[in-house]
This record gives sequence, C-alpha cells and structure tokens, in this order.
Amino acid sequence: MSEDRRARVAVVVFPGSQDDRDAALALVTVGAEATLVWHGETELPPVDAVILPGGFSYGDYLRCGAIARFSPVMRAVERFAGDGGPVLGICNGFQVLCEAGLLPGVLRPNRGLRFVCRDVPLRVERACPPFTSRCQPGQRLVIPVKHGEGCYVVDPDTLAELEAQGQIVLRYEPGTNPNGAIADIAGVVSAEGNVMGLMPHPEHAVDALLGSTDGVYVLGSLADAATGREATVAAGTA
Amino acid sequence: MKAVVLVRPKAGILDPQGEAVRGSLDQLGFTVLDARIGKVIDLEVEAANAADAQTQVERMCESLLANPLIESYEIEIRDGDA
Repeated sequence: MSEDRRARVAVVVFPGSQDDRDAALALVTVGAEATLVWHGETELPPVDAVILPGGFSYGDYLRCGAIARFSPVMRAVERFAGDGGPVLGICNGFQVLCEAGLLPGVLRPNRGLRFVCRDVPLRVERACPPFTSRCQPGQRLVIPVKHGEGCYVVDPDTLAELEAQGQIVLRYEPGTNPNGAIADIAGVVSAEGNVMGLMPHPEHAVDALLGSTDGVYVLGSLADAATGREATVAAGTA
Repeated sequence: MKAVVLVRPKAGILDPQGEAVRGSLDQLGFTVLDARIGKVIDLEVEAANAADAQTQVERMCESLLANPLIESYEIEIRDGDA
C-alpha cells in the first residue's frame, strides 16, 4: 500500500531562507512531495520528514541560525525530531539545528574569511538510513558548497564522541576543506541518527545540467526512509 | 535600566576576523600580538532594581545573546540616571 505512496517532506521557510524552493524542486525530482511551511506556524502538516533549507535566516543577525531557532515552527520541529522523525538541515539549516541544540557543535566564519562557492568532493563515512542509505561507505560525492560560515567547531571530547559513535556522515576529501571545519567534517548526525546537518547543498546537485546529480544520493535516501518509516508505523499499528 | 553586554569569542576559538584585523594593523606598522573581535549589545530593560536587571540579562545571554559553546559574556548594569 505504502510502496506507491510518495514521501511527504516539509521545507521550512524562514525570513531570509533562499534555497527553500530549490529544496522543494529537488524533492520532486527524487519522487517526493514537498510542502513549504512558514516559520510562524506552530504545527507541521502531516509529513514524513522535515528540511531546514539554506539561506540567511534573519539576515544572519547575532549569529547564524540564532534567531531562527526561536521561530514558532521550531517547537514543532523539535517535537518531530524527538519522536524520531528525520530532520535534515542544509547550510543555514545546519546552523539552525546547532543553535537549537538538536546537533552538537557550532558553525563559525570560514577560516579563510572568504565566502566559498564551489563544488567540493566529499567522502561518505556513514551509509545508512535515513540520509545516506543509497550510498556506499567511502563513496565519493561531488556537491556544491556556498557559505561564509561553515567552519564546524566542537570541543575535543565531543569530537571523540562523534568519531566513536559514527556520527560523522560526510567529510571533505583531504586537502579540499573549504572552511577549516574540524576533522574535515561536512555533515553530522545526532546521537539518535535522525537529525542531520550538512554544509554542502544536495538540492543544488540533482540535475546533470548543473554539474552533478550526487545530491540525489542524500535526498533520495531521505525520500526512501520517509516512506519506509510510514510503512513501519503502519505495520506496527496494524 | 540600561545594561551593556559584552560578548567575546572564548579562548582557543578560532577568530578569523580578529586575525585579519591583526594582520591589517601589522601592515600599518603597529605591533599587535593578538586581536579578538566580540560584540557589544546595549539593552534597555524594565527592572525593579540592578539585581533584577542582572538576573534578566543573564537569562537573555544564556538563551540567545551568547552561544556558550564558543562565547563568553560580561554584563554591566548601569543603574540610575546614566
């Protein structure tokens, strides 16, 4: 029954979000349904997954993501994540998830102080649902970054924990780190594994015309997991 | 009541802005060993007294104004006519 059902994904729109529509379009490309949800909403529509998109929510005032994390919709996103729902934060969305405490660490201005906008090669460190089930461990993905504050920072104890628990999902290939992120980290998941943040933009890499389709590995995995999760819940209650 | 909040990057946290400014000062002929850039937040709060204002602003710092992972903060309450 659920096999032909498409994954429903909410894409949150903050004031200053830029990649919300690209994320929605990319979700359609991978066979999912996207619903844009204004940040002022206090409830999410019935969805299987949530994406916090890239951009400059609240103009990046104070700290990137610091103000957006208190948007009304974030209470609903926190509940959704707390119930095990998959939440993916891309770029500014990653910053929001860190500020909200849904992911460890924080994103600081790029070490080189420059805004970087280019394709970067990534290595998949963790290949499992809900974000990278379509990947193989060690697989190389090329996905663009475009950010001024993507230098991921955690304290040494937290880094050791992330490494030990396998929470580091994506790393920049050695020598290609665009922002000075610690341990070349490009993407991490929460301890429970259902919340992920990454600086590269999979939604900008779903069409060969734009140079790469490797973003499909991430968004397609999310779409797979979203429908699978629904099926599991349905089976459990049947 | 007025309050001044000083937010600084914690020791050991990379501060590329400060590093760029230090380099620029160097070029101008100044000898600067280290430069760190924080921010000042001027607040006007409703408070019964200075202690009340201090408590309120501390809560503001903990929840929003500073990120305790990377920033430290100092609060100065300016009581009276100042």
